[in-house]
Amino acid sequence: MDILTGLVAWFADPAQWTGGSGIPARMGEHVYYSLLGLLLSAVVAVPLGLFTGHTGVGGFLTTSVANFARALPTIGVLFLIVLAAGIGLVPVVCALVALAVPPILVNTHEGVRGVEPSLRDAAIGMGMRGHQVLLRLELPVATPLILMGMRTAAVQVVATATIAAYVGVGGLGRYIVDGQARQDLTMMLGGAVLVVLLAVVTTLLFAGLRRLAR
Amino acid sequence: MIADAWDWVARVVEWGVTNWSHPGDPERGLLPRLTEHMRLAYLSILIGLAVALPVGLACARWKPLYPPVLTGVNVLYAVPSIALFFLMLPYTGFSDWTAIVPLSLYTLVILLPNVVDGLRQVPDHVRQSAVAMGFGPLRRLVRVETPVAVPVIIAGLRVASVATISMVSVASLVGLGGLGQVILSDGFRRQFDAPIVVGIVLTVALAFVTDALLVLAQRLLTPWARR
Repeated sequence: MDILTGLVAWFADPAQWTGGSGIPARMGEHVYYSLLGLLLSAVVAVPLGLFTGHTGVGGFLTTSVANFARALPTIGVLFLIVLAAGIGLVPVVCALVALAVPPILVNTHEGVRGVEPSLRDAAIGMGMRGHQVLLRLELPVATPLILMGMRTAAVQVVATATIAAYVGVGGLGRYIVDGQARQDLTMMLGGAVLVVLLAVVTTLLFAGLRRLAR
Repeated sequence: MIADAWDWVARVVEWGVTNWSHPGDPERGLLPRLTEHMRLAYLSILIGLAVALPVGLACARWKPLYPPVLTGVNVLYAVPSIALFFLMLPYTGFSDWTAIVPLSLYTLVILLPNVVDGLRQVPDHVRQSAVAMGFGPLRRLVRVETPVAVPVIIAGLRVASVATISMVSVASLVGLGGLGQVILSDGFRRQFDAPIVVGIVLTVALAFVTDALLVLAQRLLTPWARR
């Protein structure tokens, strides 16, 4: 109960809502890193998945590498890149991309692979060329699965952007890092609650997107 | 260039070998961190499975139950484990539970749809044959429906175990985390790359060994699929 009232007081404090370390600014940074990481991952993973799914070339290799990448501990990747490239936005975005590419890639690949062969035959029978089959049949059919991969990736990216604060960048993780440093439990919990809220909003957004795509 | 890379690999391997264990102090070294990592990950996976099985059974039997449970589980899925580690701190402190509760929830979220789908995909004629052979509901469940669902459940377990094993490292941020401690304390805080690389390699190796064990378990549990 004490924790809860402290948390409410923390959120109610007007100082929390203005300035460079206020909630809106930190939220903005967090959304910025997450969007950047997710968009870059989609730019890499969707075309690659479409290619491997459509042609079947390197499909096994792609899914194996993606599975391997899923086993990588993100904080290890982040800290290693920080040691090599220095503190800043680059290591954070690299780590987020390493995290987000596998689910998007695997789902895109599987989505295209999963298109019924009879549908593909029909499209070819209608005189569609390879790229037309890909863009007008396989991509639309695979879209729900691609969106599901994006949702998985987005939730993980939003969660993991928290560790940006550990390498000296902003975002909602700042509250958790600074709260830990100052032994301020309320501040830490406030940061964690904000991350949870953002993740829930992300999930809802993707649920809406999926309805639109139908 | 190649000589440099070789030197670097040799340096990393040397660090790993010299720090594997400290005979004088069983709490130091890589081995105790690895066993801690395995303890946290395997306990979380087992607890997640232990909850997912009965809940999944209930959802497969009483169909109206499934949509609300699935919605609840999807909301849980949106809650990031990193945030949960910190939200657990006031209640469980620095005990193993701070890591195990969020991670087993995560396993549950991944597994539950697989358990339900696995049980539901039992073909009707198989179920009817079991009834015709005089199997009661319980015996049918244990002897027929669960074995048929095993491949789907294990597919879910494989996804959950890889995710859990790589996520245990994140718990190092709240002072737990097995190999994550090696990455964070020995590596990052000292600006030293060898422990980070060793931590990553051991985590990935653990994930692969676990995955291989699950594939083996599937082969042993479904001998009829092997031909």
